[in-house]
Amino acid sequence: MSAGGDHAVNGRWEHFPHDADIGVRGYGATPGEAFEQAALAMMAAILDPATVRREQTIDIAIEAPRLDLLLVDWLNALIYEMAERRMLFGAFEVKIEDHHLNGRALGEAISRARHAPAVEAKGATYTELACVEERPGLWRAQCVIDV
Amino acid sequence: MDLSRFEKISETAWRVAPFGGMRAPAIVYASEDLMKDMDDKVFDQVTNVAKLPGIVRASYAMPDAHWGYGFPIGGVAAFDADEGGVVSAGGVGFDVSCGVRTHLTHLTRGQVVSVQQELADALFEHVPAGVGSEGEIALDEQGLNAMLLGGAQWAIEQGFGRAEDLDRIEESGCASDADPAAVSEHARKRQRREMGTLGSGNHYLEVQEVVEIFDEKTAAAYGLVKGECVVTIHCGSRGLGHQIGTEYLREMVISAQNYGIDLPDRELACAPIKSELGRQYLGAMRSAINCALANREIIGHLARQVFARFFEHGELPLMFDVSHNTCKVERHAIDGETRQLFVHRKGATRAFGPGHESLPEALRPYGQPVLIGGSMGAGSYVLAGMETSERQAFASACHGAGRRMSRHAATRAWGGRQVVDDLRAQGIIVKSPSLRGVAEEAPGAYKDVRAVVDSAEAAGLARKVAFLKPLICVKG
Repeated sequence: MSAGGDHAVNGRWEHFPHDADIGVRGYGATPGEAFEQAALAMMAAILDPATVRREQTIDIAIEAPRLDLLLVDWLNALIYEMAERRMLFGAFEVKIEDHHLNGRALGEAISRARHAPAVEAKGATYTELACVEERPGLWRAQCVIDV
Repeated sequence: MDLSRFEKISETAWRVAPFGGMRAPAIVYASEDLMKDMDDKVFDQVTNVAKLPGIVRASYAMPDAHWGYGFPIGGVAAFDADEGGVVSAGGVGFDVSCGVRTHLTHLTRGQVVSVQQELADALFEHVPAGVGSEGEIALDEQGLNAMLLGGAQWAIEQGFGRAEDLDRIEESGCASDADPAAVSEHARKRQRREMGTLGSGNHYLEVQEVVEIFDEKTAAAYGLVKGECVVTIHCGSRGLGHQIGTEYLREMVISAQNYGIDLPDRELACAPIKSELGRQYLGAMRSAINCALANREIIGHLARQVFARFFEHGELPLMFDVSHNTCKVERHAIDGETRQLFVHRKGATRAFGPGHESLPEALRPYGQPVLIGGSMGAGSYVLAGMETSERQAFASACHGAGRRMSRHAATRAWGGRQVVDDLRAQGIIVKSPSLRGVAEEAPGAYKDVRAVVDSAEAAGLARKVAFLKPLICVKG
């Protein structure tokens, strides 16, 4: 499963298989774009992100000692915000500087009838975790999500 | 999996001698067919666990083992605190104390089928299921702390259950030494509206018919009668457990080096049992166990309320409640010496054999009930701990069928509506807020649960008592 990103030239996401759960992978021209796409891939494990209206904006600021750990923290921050605010997200903006992330998630309150979410993301894991520059101008960010 | 890497000990036991930093051997219990079907990642993971400090005897994998996080799902390992042993947040997992309970109904199949649709509708309406569902119970800070300390005992004190249930729950419904102070503000907030909710994914509430009895005496002691129905609930510690898993896993990943622990896989993140972080995690994890025990007790109570609307004697006595994702302090005999060990079971069930002191008197001669969830179509099994369970894998057994197909592959293979219609044609009513969720949990996406329990029995982990087929399945 894959889809084009919203604004990234190289931006796209895909799922990769895991026995019990689901792997999410985002590509982008920068780590930030790859993080945006990985977040979309996580949402696509739950529902079609295109069905989520962008009615509310949630700002997220986090930091981690390494880029790959930052990816897990970013996805876990989104999982927490979704659970605590009873929201779903459909679009993301991420800026990363020196392992500090400033992100924005756009979405709306869960409508169980309209969204019919398939699964709940329990947590982003360190399994198959990677954040690497595959070639100049193409970053790949991925991990497995426990659902 | 490549079997050439194992030494075959018996038809259902396969050993890997220590190599490359392993402190103990790895042993997988499964038939040759199940072994061949297992992902190679199980080999990597079960041998990686054997590299952790303080591991005792061996790293084990159950017949339903599959690729997990750090530990394989179906992984069992015990650690000795006095030998530098560790507690691993990865070895417990995100859904702390996810587990299964079965209530007896003493209703016949005919009685249930006569109201099957109405009962399915009422259960679906009354038991919050699926992403975004909310429970009726709002807890303030004091109430939350009491729940984290009291588990099912707390739920019963609040009127959500019966005192006699406690006898039928591991540790009498309450994990001791829980430490609510080790539970973060985020974990608390995430649980605020989630008490008494089923969750999603592979969590379910089923009304099942006992269709086959393998062991008459044990089935009678458990209260299982062929042709009668039971209610089985599968769920865990909800958002609180997920958040505790997330936070402590991160802290253990970052701190491992400080403790001199060389992690073969970051997901095996752990801390010495005798460290401040280890103690904090144990306190938080036990709080999450109590949250799961309280949650299942409340959902059992909700099921009782629904059955009471339909049937005069809808008491639903609890047969047993087991937890799958835990680290528990237990006493085990090692080379003739009884030692206190920290036993991690990740997607594995405790399976104490006959005579174990922790079992209630009525069940003690027969061994602990082991509840094995199958898929919506294939059915489930009740097993019993065996005399041999203890020496095989610290009295542990399998926990389910295990997936054979990814969620994505399942949605490509089946549509949710098709799965619902196919199951209805077999007399099974499925209720779920998400058809895609149903497709991901399609019976064909799971391995053959019979092969798993046959292997468990042949390996001396747990013996078959009864087979259950669903009549109603409420999926999250």
